Amino acid sequence: MNIDSIKNGIVIDHITAGRGMEIYNHLHLGDLDCAVALIKNAQSRKMGRKDIIKIDEAIDLDLNVLGYVDPGVTVDVIRDGVLVEKKSIALPAELKNILFCKNPRCITSTEQELPHIFRLTDPEKRVYRCIYCETKAD
Amino acid sequence: MRSLLSITELSVEEIDGLVATAKDIIAKPQKYAEICRGKKLATLFFEPSTRTRLSFEAAMYELGGNVLSVSSAASSSASKGESVADTAKVVSCYADIIAMRHPKEGAPMVAAMNASIPVINAGDGGHNHPTQTLADLLTIHLEKGRFDHLTVGFCGDLKFGRTVHSLIDALSRYEGIKIVLISPEELKLPSYVKNDVLRKKGIEFTQTTDLLAAMPELDVLYMTRVQKERFFNEEDYLRLKDSYILTPDKLKTAKPDLSILHPLPRVNEIAVAIDDDPRACYFKQVRNGKYMRMALIMKLLGLTPEI
Repeated sequence: MNIDSIKNGIVIDHITAGRGMEIYNHLHLGDLDCAVALIKNAQSRKMGRKDIIKIDEAIDLDLNVLGYVDPGVTVDVIRDGVLVEKKSIALPAELKNILFCKNPRCITSTEQELPHIFRLTDPEKRVYRCIYCETKAD
Repeated sequence: MRSLLSITELSVEEIDGLVATAKDIIAKPQKYAEICRGKKLATLFFEPSTRTRLSFEAAMYELGGNVLSVSSAASSSASKGESVADTAKVVSCYADIIAMRHPKEGAPMVAAMNASIPVINAGDGGHNHPTQTLADLLTIHLEKGRFDHLTVGFCGDLKFGRTVHSLIDALSRYEGIKIVLISPEELKLPSYVKNDVLRKKGIEFTQTTDLLAAMPELDVLYMTRVQKERFFNEEDYLRLKDSYILTPDKLKTAKPDLSILHPLPRVNEIAVAIDDDPRACYFKQVRNGKYMRMALIMKLLGLTPEI
Protein backbone atom coordinates (compact mmCIF):
# COMPACT_ATOMS: atom_id res chain seq x y z
CA MET A 1 0.00 0.00 0.00
CA ASN A 2 1.41 3.37 -1.00
CA ILE A 3 0.72 6.64 0.73
CA ASP A 4 2.40 9.73 -0.69
CA SER A 5 5.14 11.26 1.40
CA ILE A 6 4.25 14.70 2.70
CA LYS A 7 6.01 17.97 1.98
CA ASN A 8 4.89 20.11 4.89
CA GLY A 9 3.16 18.44 7.76
CA ILE A 10 3.30 15.99 10.60
CA VAL A 11 3.75 12.26 10.93
CA ILE A 12 2.63 10.64 14.15
CA ASP A 13 4.59 7.43 14.23
CA HIS A 14 4.96 4.43 16.55
CA ILE A 15 1.32 4.45 17.57
CA THR A 16 0.42 1.21 19.33
CA ALA A 17 -1.43 -0.89 16.78
CA GLY A 18 -5.17 -0.33 17.14
CA ARG A 19 -4.95 3.07 18.81
CA GLY A 20 -4.68 5.17 15.66
CA MET A 21 -8.39 5.84 15.43
CA GLU A 22 -8.53 6.88 19.09
CA ILE A 23 -5.76 9.44 18.48
CA TYR A 24 -7.44 10.54 15.24
CA ASN A 25 -10.59 11.30 17.21
CA HIS A 26 -8.86 12.92 20.19
CA LEU A 27 -7.03 15.32 17.86
CA HIS A 28 -10.25 16.03 15.93
CA LEU A 29 -8.43 15.26 12.71
CA GLY A 30 -11.79 14.61 11.04
CA ASP A 31 -12.37 18.37 11.15
CA LEU A 32 -9.31 19.18 9.01
CA ASP A 33 -9.62 20.11 5.34
CA CYS A 34 -6.16 18.85 4.39
CA ALA A 35 -5.22 15.28 3.46
CA VAL A 36 -4.93 12.96 6.47
CA ALA A 37 -3.93 9.31 6.24
CA LEU A 38 -4.46 6.77 8.99
CA ILE A 39 -2.46 3.63 8.41
CA LYS A 40 -3.38 0.68 10.56
CA ASN A 41 -1.21 -2.33 11.34
CA ALA A 42 1.86 -1.15 9.42
CA GLN A 43 4.94 -3.36 9.66
CA SER A 44 7.41 -2.23 12.31
CA ARG A 45 10.79 -3.72 13.13
CA LYS A 46 10.60 -2.37 16.67
CA MET A 47 6.94 -2.96 17.45
CA GLY A 48 5.86 -5.72 15.09
CA ARG A 49 2.81 -3.73 14.08
CA LYS A 50 2.02 -0.08 14.54
CA ASP A 51 -0.39 2.61 13.41
CA ILE A 52 0.76 5.78 11.67
CA ILE A 53 -1.05 9.06 11.02
CA LYS A 54 0.14 11.46 8.31
CA ILE A 55 -1.21 15.00 8.23
CA ASP A 56 -0.47 17.04 5.11
CA GLU A 57 -0.39 20.39 6.87
CA ALA A 58 1.73 21.89 9.67
CA ILE A 59 -0.94 22.15 12.37
CA ASP A 60 -0.47 22.82 16.07
CA LEU A 61 -0.87 19.52 17.88
CA ASP A 62 -2.08 19.11 21.45
CA LEU A 63 0.80 16.91 22.47
CA ASN A 64 -0.72 16.38 25.91
CA VAL A 65 -3.40 14.26 24.34
CA LEU A 66 -0.84 12.08 22.59
CA GLY A 67 1.14 11.53 25.75
CA TYR A 68 -1.96 10.38 27.59
CA VAL A 69 -3.50 8.19 24.91
CA ASP A 70 -0.27 6.54 23.80
CA PRO A 71 2.94 7.73 25.49
CA GLY A 72 5.27 5.83 23.10
CA VAL A 73 4.38 7.82 19.99
CA THR A 74 6.82 10.04 18.14
CA VAL A 75 5.94 13.15 16.22
CA ASP A 76 7.94 13.96 13.08
CA VAL A 77 7.70 17.50 11.75
CA ILE A 78 8.31 17.70 8.00
CA ARG A 79 9.20 20.96 6.25
CA ASP A 80 9.92 21.14 2.51
CA GLY A 81 10.04 17.36 2.42
CA VAL A 82 12.76 17.22 5.09
CA LEU A 83 12.43 15.86 8.64
CA VAL A 84 13.22 18.94 10.75
CA GLU A 85 12.14 17.77 14.19
CA LYS A 86 11.47 14.45 15.91
CA LYS A 87 9.57 14.77 19.18
CA SER A 88 9.17 12.07 21.80
CA ILE A 89 6.06 12.43 23.86
CA ALA A 90 6.09 11.93 27.60
CA LEU A 91 3.15 11.36 29.92
CA PRO A 92 1.61 14.83 30.40
CA ALA A 93 1.57 16.36 33.87
CA GLU A 94 -1.90 17.81 33.34
CA LEU A 95 -4.88 17.11 31.09
CA LYS A 96 -7.50 19.77 30.42
CA ASN A 97 -10.88 18.70 29.07
CA ILE A 98 -9.50 15.37 27.87
CA LEU A 99 -10.84 13.34 30.77
CA PHE A 100 -14.11 14.17 32.47
CA CYS A 101 -14.78 13.73 36.18
CA LYS A 102 -17.61 11.29 36.83
CA ASN A 103 -17.87 11.90 40.58
CA PRO A 104 -21.43 13.20 41.15
CA ARG A 105 -20.23 15.00 44.28
CA CYS A 106 -17.54 16.94 42.37
CA ILE A 107 -18.07 20.67 41.78
CA THR A 108 -17.69 20.02 38.03
CA SER A 109 -20.98 18.10 38.14
CA THR A 110 -22.94 21.27 38.86
CA GLU A 111 -20.78 24.04 37.39
CA GLN A 112 -20.81 23.21 33.70
CA GLU A 113 -18.39 25.93 32.58
CA LEU A 114 -15.52 24.65 34.73
CA PRO A 115 -12.67 23.00 32.83
CA HIS A 116 -12.16 19.36 33.78
CA ILE A 117 -8.52 19.19 34.83
CA PHE A 118 -6.69 16.01 35.81
CA ARG A 119 -3.17 15.88 37.21
CA LEU A 120 -0.68 13.02 37.01
CA THR A 121 -0.24 11.88 40.62
CA ASP A 122 1.56 8.58 40.08
CA PRO A 123 3.63 8.41 36.86
CA GLU A 124 4.62 4.79 37.51
CA LYS A 125 1.03 3.57 37.64
CA ARG A 126 -0.22 6.28 35.23
CA VAL A 127 -2.70 7.57 37.79
CA TYR A 128 -4.52 10.82 37.02
CA ARG A 129 -6.72 12.52 39.59
CA CYS A 130 -9.30 15.29 39.25
CA ILE A 131 -7.77 18.48 40.72
CA TYR A 132 -11.04 19.41 42.41
CA CYS A 133 -12.20 16.21 44.13
CA GLU A 134 -9.10 13.95 43.66
CA THR A 135 -11.19 11.19 42.11
CA LYS A 136 -9.03 8.78 40.13
CA ALA A 137 -9.57 8.72 36.38
CA ASP A 138 -10.84 5.41 35.00
CA MET B 1 -1.53 35.22 48.57
CA ARG B 2 -2.12 31.71 49.70
CA SER B 3 -5.14 29.57 50.52
CA LEU B 4 -5.62 26.38 52.54
CA LEU B 5 -7.63 23.68 50.83
CA SER B 6 -6.13 20.48 52.24
CA ILE B 7 -4.02 19.65 55.30
CA THR B 8 -1.33 18.15 53.03
CA GLU B 9 -0.56 21.63 51.70
CA LEU B 10 1.00 22.51 55.04
CA SER B 11 4.55 21.36 55.70
CA VAL B 12 5.53 19.85 59.05
CA GLU B 13 7.31 23.14 59.84
CA GLU B 14 4.19 25.15 59.04
CA ILE B 15 2.03 22.93 61.26
CA ASP B 16 4.57 23.28 64.05
CA GLY B 17 4.45 27.05 63.52
CA LEU B 18 0.65 27.14 63.74
CA VAL B 19 0.72 25.01 66.90
CA ALA B 20 3.29 27.37 68.45
CA THR B 21 1.17 30.41 67.54
CA ALA B 22 -1.98 28.76 68.94
CA LYS B 23 -0.18 28.01 72.22
CA ASP B 24 0.97 31.64 72.38
CA ILE B 25 -2.64 32.78 71.82
CA ILE B 26 -3.75 30.58 74.74
CA ALA B 27 -0.98 32.01 76.96
CA LYS B 28 -1.34 35.68 75.92
CA PRO B 29 -4.78 36.33 74.37
CA GLN B 30 -4.44 40.11 74.82
CA LYS B 31 -1.42 40.20 72.50
CA TYR B 32 -3.69 39.02 69.65
CA ALA B 33 -6.84 41.00 70.46
CA GLU B 34 -6.19 43.75 67.87
CA ILE B 35 -4.10 41.94 65.25
CA CYS B 36 -6.90 41.79 62.64
CA ARG B 37 -8.46 45.18 63.34
CA GLY B 38 -9.95 46.50 60.11
CA LYS B 39 -9.89 43.08 58.44
CA LYS B 40 -12.99 41.18 57.39
CA LEU B 41 -13.56 37.44 57.22
CA ALA B 42 -16.36 36.27 54.90
CA THR B 43 -17.86 32.99 56.04
CA LEU B 44 -19.57 31.49 52.99
CA PHE B 45 -21.45 28.43 54.17
CA PHE B 46 -23.46 26.81 51.40
CA GLU B 47 -24.55 23.98 53.67
CA PRO B 48 -25.40 24.12 57.35
CA SER B 49 -22.60 23.74 59.86
CA THR B 50 -23.27 25.99 62.78
CA ARG B 51 -20.30 24.94 64.87
CA THR B 52 -17.61 25.38 62.24
CA ARG B 53 -19.06 28.74 61.19
CA LEU B 54 -19.26 29.96 64.80
CA SER B 55 -15.70 28.79 65.38
CA PHE B 56 -14.39 30.81 62.41
CA GLU B 57 -16.42 33.85 63.44
CA ALA B 58 -15.32 33.63 67.08
CA ALA B 59 -11.72 33.29 65.88
CA MET B 60 -11.96 36.47 63.77
CA TYR B 61 -13.69 38.45 66.54
CA GLU B 62 -11.01 37.40 69.05
CA LEU B 63 -8.41 38.78 66.65
CA GLY B 64 -10.22 42.13 66.61
CA GLY B 65 -11.56 41.64 63.07
CA ASN B 66 -15.05 41.64 61.61
CA VAL B 67 -17.18 39.01 59.93
CA LEU B 68 -19.44 38.99 56.86
CA SER B 69 -21.60 35.91 56.85
CA VAL B 70 -23.59 33.80 54.42
CA SER B 71 -25.08 30.96 56.38
CA SER B 72 -27.00 29.03 53.74
CA ALA B 73 -27.13 28.60 49.98
CA ALA B 74 -30.77 29.68 50.03
CA SER B 75 -29.88 33.17 51.27
CA SER B 76 -27.04 33.72 48.79
CA SER B 77 -26.74 34.41 45.07
CA ALA B 78 -26.03 30.70 44.60
CA SER B 79 -29.81 30.26 44.76
CA LYS B 80 -30.02 32.54 41.69
CA GLY B 81 -27.53 30.34 39.89
CA GLU B 82 -24.32 32.31 40.51
CA SER B 83 -21.19 30.21 40.07
CA VAL B 84 -18.67 29.62 42.84
CA ALA B 85 -16.08 31.44 40.70
CA ASP B 86 -18.22 34.59 40.42
CA THR B 87 -19.13 34.47 44.11
CA ALA B 88 -15.41 34.34 44.98
CA LYS B 89 -14.65 37.30 42.71
CA VAL B 90 -17.48 39.37 44.19
CA VAL B 91 -16.66 38.56 47.82
CA SER B 92 -12.99 39.43 47.15
CA CYS B 93 -14.20 43.03 46.70
CA TYR B 94 -15.64 43.14 50.22
CA ALA B 95 -13.55 40.91 52.46
CA ASP B 96 -9.89 40.15 53.21
CA ILE B 97 -10.21 36.37 53.64
CA ILE B 98 -12.86 33.72 52.94
CA ALA B 99 -13.84 30.59 54.89
CA MET B 100 -15.99 28.42 52.63
CA ARG B 101 -18.08 25.34 53.28
CA HIS B 102 -19.78 23.77 50.28
CA PRO B 103 -21.53 20.45 49.67
CA LYS B 104 -19.60 19.88 46.42
CA GLU B 105 -16.05 18.53 46.53
CA GLY B 106 -13.51 21.00 45.16
CA ALA B 107 -15.75 24.10 45.44
CA PRO B 108 -13.27 25.91 47.74
CA MET B 109 -10.52 25.19 45.19
CA VAL B 110 -12.60 26.85 42.48
CA ALA B 111 -13.10 29.80 44.84
CA ALA B 112 -9.34 29.98 45.54
CA MET B 113 -8.56 29.94 41.80
CA ASN B 114 -10.83 32.94 41.26
CA ALA B 115 -10.58 34.98 44.46
CA SER B 116 -7.97 37.68 44.93
CA ILE B 117 -7.91 36.96 48.68
CA PRO B 118 -7.01 33.78 50.64
CA VAL B 119 -9.63 31.02 50.84
CA ILE B 120 -9.87 28.52 53.70
CA ASN B 121 -11.69 25.27 53.02
CA ALA B 122 -14.14 24.88 55.89
CA GLY B 123 -15.32 21.49 54.56
CA ASP B 124 -16.18 20.45 51.00
CA GLY B 125 -18.59 17.52 51.10
CA GLY B 126 -16.85 14.34 52.17
CA HIS B 127 -13.53 15.53 50.76
CA ASN B 128 -11.38 17.82 52.95
CA HIS B 129 -11.78 19.70 56.21
CA PRO B 130 -8.27 20.89 57.08
CA THR B 131 -9.15 23.13 60.03
CA GLN B 132 -10.75 20.16 61.84
CA THR B 133 -7.43 18.35 61.44
CA LEU B 134 -5.63 21.43 62.80
CA ALA B 135 -7.94 21.28 65.84
CA ASP B 136 -7.15 17.57 66.27
CA LEU B 137 -3.41 18.21 65.97
CA LEU B 138 -3.33 21.03 68.51
CA THR B 139 -5.32 18.88 70.96
CA ILE B 140 -2.84 16.01 70.59
CA HIS B 141 0.10 18.38 71.04
CA LEU B 142 -1.39 20.07 74.10
CA GLU B 143 -2.20 16.72 75.70
CA LYS B 144 0.93 14.79 74.73
CA GLY B 145 3.52 17.50 74.14
CA ARG B 146 4.56 15.93 70.85
CA PHE B 147 3.40 14.41 67.56
CA ASP B 148 6.01 11.66 67.32
CA HIS B 149 6.22 8.25 69.00
CA LEU B 150 2.51 7.95 69.70
CA THR B 151 0.11 5.04 69.27
CA VAL B 152 -3.09 6.49 67.88
CA GLY B 153 -6.29 4.44 67.64
CA PHE B 154 -9.05 5.39 65.21
CA CYS B 155 -12.41 3.85 66.04
CA GLY B 156 -15.76 3.66 64.26
CA ASP B 157 -16.43 4.71 60.68
CA LEU B 158 -12.99 4.72 59.08
CA LYS B 159 -14.35 4.32 55.57
CA PHE B 160 -16.27 7.55 55.09
CA GLY B 161 -14.72 9.62 57.89
CA ARG B 162 -12.81 12.40 56.13
CA THR B 163 -11.42 13.67 59.44
CA VAL B 164 -9.86 10.25 60.00
CA HIS B 165 -8.16 10.22 56.60
CA SER B 166 -6.79 13.75 57.02
CA LEU B 167 -5.47 13.15 60.54
CA ILE B 168 -3.79 9.91 59.47
CA ASP B 169 -2.20 11.80 56.59
CA ALA B 170 -0.97 14.57 58.89
CA LEU B 171 0.38 12.22 61.59
CA SER B 172 2.09 9.94 59.09
CA ARG B 173 4.75 12.61 58.59
CA TYR B 174 6.07 12.20 62.13
CA GLU B 175 8.49 9.58 63.41
CA GLY B 176 7.49 6.57 65.49
CA ILE B 177 3.75 6.90 64.85
CA LYS B 178 1.76 3.69 65.18
CA ILE B 179 -1.82 3.60 63.94
CA VAL B 180 -4.44 1.16 65.24
CA LEU B 181 -7.53 0.95 63.03
CA ILE B 182 -10.61 -0.24 64.93
CA SER B 183 -13.78 -0.67 62.90
CA PRO B 184 -16.40 -3.15 61.72
CA GLU B 185 -15.46 -4.96 58.49
CA GLU B 186 -17.99 -2.83 56.60
CA LEU B 187 -16.34 0.44 57.61
CA LYS B 188 -12.63 -0.36 57.32
CA LEU B 189 -10.14 2.28 56.19
CA PRO B 190 -10.18 2.37 52.35
CA SER B 191 -7.24 0.60 50.73
CA TYR B 192 -6.11 3.75 48.91
CA VAL B 193 -5.42 5.43 52.27
CA LYS B 194 -3.57 2.33 53.47
CA ASN B 195 -1.53 2.13 50.26
CA ASP B 196 -0.98 5.80 49.44
CA VAL B 197 -0.34 6.99 52.98
CA LEU B 198 0.45 4.26 55.51
CA ARG B 199 2.38 1.75 53.38
CA LYS B 200 4.03 4.42 51.22
CA LYS B 201 5.39 6.21 54.29
CA GLY B 202 6.28 3.00 56.13
CA ILE B 203 3.90 3.67 59.03
CA GLU B 204 3.29 0.73 61.34
CA PHE B 205 -0.43 -0.07 61.53
CA THR B 206 -2.78 -2.80 62.67
CA GLN B 207 -6.44 -3.44 61.92
CA THR B 208 -8.90 -4.94 64.36
CA THR B 209 -12.62 -5.12 65.02
CA ASP B 210 -12.05 -5.30 68.79
CA LEU B 211 -11.90 -1.96 70.62
CA LEU B 212 -11.35 -3.60 74.02
CA ALA B 213 -8.33 -5.59 72.85
CA ALA B 214 -6.73 -2.49 71.31
CA MET B 215 -7.38 -0.20 74.28
CA PRO B 216 -4.34 -0.86 76.56
CA GLU B 217 -1.69 0.25 74.05
CA LEU B 218 -3.33 3.52 72.94
CA ASP B 219 -1.98 7.00 73.72
CA VAL B 220 -4.75 8.68 71.74
CA LEU B 221 -8.20 7.32 70.84
CA TYR B 222 -9.99 9.12 68.01
CA MET B 223 -13.67 8.16 68.09
CA THR B 224 -16.09 8.61 65.20
CA ARG B 225 -19.75 7.88 64.77
CA VAL B 226 -20.96 4.59 63.27
CA GLN B 227 -23.93 5.70 61.23
CA LYS B 228 -26.87 3.43 60.64
CA GLU B 229 -27.21 4.51 57.00
CA ARG B 230 -23.73 3.15 56.22
CA PHE B 231 -24.87 -0.46 56.71
CA PHE B 232 -26.50 -2.66 54.13
CA ASN B 233 -28.95 -4.12 56.62
CA GLU B 234 -30.27 -3.20 60.02
CA GLU B 235 -29.30 -6.56 61.51
CA ASP B 236 -25.58 -5.84 61.00
CA TYR B 237 -25.99 -2.38 62.41
CA LEU B 238 -27.71 -3.63 65.55
CA ARG B 239 -25.10 -6.35 65.98
CA LEU B 240 -22.20 -3.91 65.72
CA LYS B 241 -23.33 -0.56 67.02
CA ASP B 242 -22.70 -1.22 70.70
CA SER B 243 -19.17 -2.54 70.16
CA TYR B 244 -18.08 0.93 69.18
CA ILE B 245 -19.76 2.89 71.93
CA LEU B 246 -17.23 4.06 74.46
CA THR B 247 -18.37 3.49 78.04
CA PRO B 248 -16.54 3.82 81.39
CA ASP B 249 -16.35 0.00 81.47
CA LYS B 250 -14.38 -0.14 78.24
CA LEU B 251 -11.88 2.38 79.60
CA LYS B 252 -10.85 0.13 82.52
CA THR B 253 -7.82 -1.20 80.65
CA ALA B 254 -6.89 2.14 79.06
CA LYS B 255 -3.76 4.09 79.95
CA PRO B 256 -4.28 6.68 82.69
CA ASP B 257 -3.06 9.39 80.33
CA LEU B 258 -5.08 8.32 77.27
CA SER B 259 -6.54 11.25 75.29
CA ILE B 260 -10.03 10.69 73.85
CA LEU B 261 -10.82 12.82 70.81
CA HIS B 262 -13.96 13.11 68.67
CA PRO B 263 -14.65 15.58 65.84
CA LEU B 264 -18.25 16.00 67.09
CA PRO B 265 -21.18 16.03 66.86
CA ARG B 266 -21.50 12.82 68.82
CA VAL B 267 -24.74 10.96 68.97
CA ASN B 268 -24.25 8.05 71.34
CA GLU B 269 -20.78 6.71 70.53
CA ILE B 270 -19.26 8.18 73.68
CA ALA B 271 -21.31 7.73 76.85
CA VAL B 272 -22.07 11.02 78.59
CA ALA B 273 -20.60 9.49 81.75
CA ILE B 274 -17.15 9.83 80.17
CA ASP B 275 -17.44 13.61 79.77
CA ASP B 276 -16.16 14.15 83.31
CA ASP B 277 -13.22 11.76 82.88
CA PRO B 278 -9.99 13.79 82.64
CA ARG B 279 -9.08 11.74 79.57
CA ALA B 280 -12.03 13.18 77.60
CA CYS B 281 -10.64 15.90 75.31
CA TYR B 282 -13.43 16.41 72.79
CA PHE B 283 -14.79 19.65 74.20
CA LYS B 284 -11.25 21.00 74.60
CA GLN B 285 -10.83 20.05 70.95
CA VAL B 286 -13.63 22.46 70.00
CA ARG B 287 -11.88 25.32 71.80
CA ASN B 288 -8.57 24.32 70.23
CA GLY B 289 -10.21 24.51 66.81
CA LYS B 290 -10.86 28.19 67.40
CA TYR B 291 -7.23 28.83 68.40
CA MET B 292 -5.92 27.06 65.32
CA ARG B 293 -8.33 28.99 63.09
CA MET B 294 -7.01 32.21 64.67
CA ALA B 295 -3.44 31.11 63.96
CA LEU B 296 -4.36 30.17 60.40
CA ILE B 297 -6.23 33.42 59.64
CA MET B 298 -3.18 35.41 60.82
CA LYS B 299 -0.82 33.25 58.80
CA LEU B 300 -2.81 33.61 55.57
CA LEU B 301 -3.17 37.37 56.09
CA GLY B 302 0.56 37.64 56.82
CA LEU B 303 -0.14 39.12 60.25
CA THR B 304 1.40 36.51 62.59
CA PRO B 305 3.47 38.38 65.20
CA GLU B 306 6.77 37.17 66.61
CA ILE B 307 6.30 34.69 69.42
